[in-house]
Amino acid sequence: MTEKSNVSSNRGRIYISGFDADHVEERESLSGWTEERAGETQSRWQRAWVRFKRNRSALIGLAVVAILSLLTVFARPVTLYGVTVQPFSLAPYDPTAILYLQDPSVNVYDPPSLAHPMGIDGSGRDLFSRILYGGRYSISIGFVVVALTAGFGMVYGAVSGYYGGWVDEIMMRVVDTIYAFPGLVLALIIVAILGRGYWQLVLAFSLFSWAGYGRLVRGEVLQVKENEYVLAAKALGARDRSVIFRHIVPNAMPPLLVLASLRIGTVVIGVAALGFLGLGMPPGTAEWGTMLDQTRETLIQGPGGSIPWWATVYPGVAIFLFVMAMNMIGDGINDALDAQETGVGEQGGGG
Amino acid sequence: MSLRRFILKRVLSIIPILFGVSVITFALVHLTPGDPIDQMIGLNPDVTAAEEAQLRAKYGLNKPLWEQYLIWITDVLQGDFGEVISTNRDVSAVIWKRLPETVALGIFGWAFGLIIAIPAGIYAAVNKDELGDTISRFFALSGISIPNFWLGLMLILIFALRLGLWPVLPPSRKPLYHPEMLWYLVLPGVTIGTAAAASIMRVMRTSMAEELNKEYVTAARAKGLPERTVVLKHVLRNSLISVVTLAASLTASIVAGSVVVEVVFNWPGLGRELINAITGREINLIMGITLFTGVFIILANLLADILYAVLDPRIRYD
Repeated sequence: MTEKSNVSSNRGRIYISGFDADHVEERESLSGWTEERAGETQSRWQRAWVRFKRNRSALIGLAVVAILSLLTVFARPVTLYGVTVQPFSLAPYDPTAILYLQDPSVNVYDPPSLAHPMGIDGSGRDLFSRILYGGRYSISIGFVVVALTAGFGMVYGAVSGYYGGWVDEIMMRVVDTIYAFPGLVLALIIVAILGRGYWQLVLAFSLFSWAGYGRLVRGEVLQVKENEYVLAAKALGARDRSVIFRHIVPNAMPPLLVLASLRIGTVVIGVAALGFLGLGMPPGTAEWGTMLDQTRETLIQGPGGSIPWWATVYPGVAIFLFVMAMNMIGDGINDALDAQETGVGEQGGGG
Repeated sequence: MSLRRFILKRVLSIIPILFGVSVITFALVHLTPGDPIDQMIGLNPDVTAAEEAQLRAKYGLNKPLWEQYLIWITDVLQGDFGEVISTNRDVSAVIWKRLPETVALGIFGWAFGLIIAIPAGIYAAVNKDELGDTISRFFALSGISIPNFWLGLMLILIFALRLGLWPVLPPSRKPLYHPEMLWYLVLPGVTIGTAAAASIMRVMRTSMAEELNKEYVTAARAKGLPERTVVLKHVLRNSLISVVTLAASLTASIVAGSVVVEVVFNWPGLGRELINAITGREINLIMGITLFTGVFIILANLLADILYAVLDPRIRYD
């Protein structure tokens, strides 16, 4: 607030705002490019990382996501093109094995016990193994879809915002149109068209959900492109492509990253919801949502009066845990990046 | 630009979007391999190829796609969505019959969300970074992270099966306006409203905390207004504006949520009808419901934008 007092004590004089003598001196002394200076230009992300590391809930989220991902990778051996890449097997049983065929002591809907810590499902399979394994579908679809849509949306939004005019008008009407549909309804119809399966689900969630990123990046680009350095780059003869992707897009990255991290959870829930509706993975697949579909009827009736709650509770807990952890990371990224955009402490911290 | 011109321009801007929505709806459904005719024939193997072609011609399924689109959109503009092939009922009749069920669910969800979220948001913003704030933020984060269909299953498991407060399914479906139905609306309504409540609470807290740091708040406090008046009269009004902005996107998510929640609770609304239509490959019904949903969301967005412009005279219309 020193500026204000400055203004009032120098009434009638021309006051040049935004001019800071110390700042200019500092700049001049550093105008020569050095190695350390190059390191410092990256420090924007480093500073965000430092702030992220201080955020306890974000770190818990990161740990949970890491543990769940590792568990699911090591649940059963991974084989790629006939070569076993990952030989470990944490899950005690094959997630698709029907246990009462081999072991007559196992019954359908056996409650949780030492041998089967999460009980047996309606087809006589070990629930614990299925839940460990099931993350493979949900988690990987979440990351793949977000990577695809964020990438496409970024390019789309950058082009739309940078060129403006009628190009922008048309491109944004397309986005508005997509916004008029709930993503889940579109995904439902696409899976109904393409049939059930892994890549069908990826496509169903990617085909339209890039629109959110497109709109976000466009807004950022509209702001960023007014900066002098963009004009300078153009004056130096830089091509549009290099102006967009080297000068504009990097500055629009923080909000994109925040949105992407929060979207992973949305996609995972969406995949599970489709699975639950019977339009996700093929029936019998150890996918978290598909597992819930199989228990829906028995939840209402129950075999012989008792309620096999474990078959409903555990798959849902797995989804919930992952999505919650992912959202905690997203919030943490938001706080870490947002705080540096607005200046730390200016508004009482990023809390 | 005056407010009136802004509204006019905004209303006109939905025309290309409505067109786009109809194209996407039509294109999506017509790229489906297999149509109701295949479904009919699948049940009856004696149908000859000629009869099959005749059936297709009867429903106009043999024409080129663009022509089918033109026929369809002309009919739709006249309020005719075609008929459900398997039952010979009018699609619009089906939609009007199911709509009140979904609307009731949505209103209950909205009401539940607002009643929970606004006080919680105020409380969290006023007690920022204290224990109560941390707890309510944890619940809000859980609320947006919990899959709504699983929440519904859990509510059934706990309140219907364990505590026996509700029968899992209403024993006899009374008309929607019957007071008894309100009781059956509670579990699905809460299921739908939870995510909305969580989002509203998060937005409320952020925008309110931001408003509380502004100078007019200091001024209001300095002139000796009780804290209660400052918060509930001055700050609350300004922070509710951001909830209005959120309202449109929340409406879309409530519509999407109703699809799943209606299946969980066997609630005879539009969402469950859509799932049935998809499994039965009822093209007209799928298109009707999808188009209806799209138009509804466009109008909700329009309303939210206009409301926002009216509520906040500071924004520039462009």
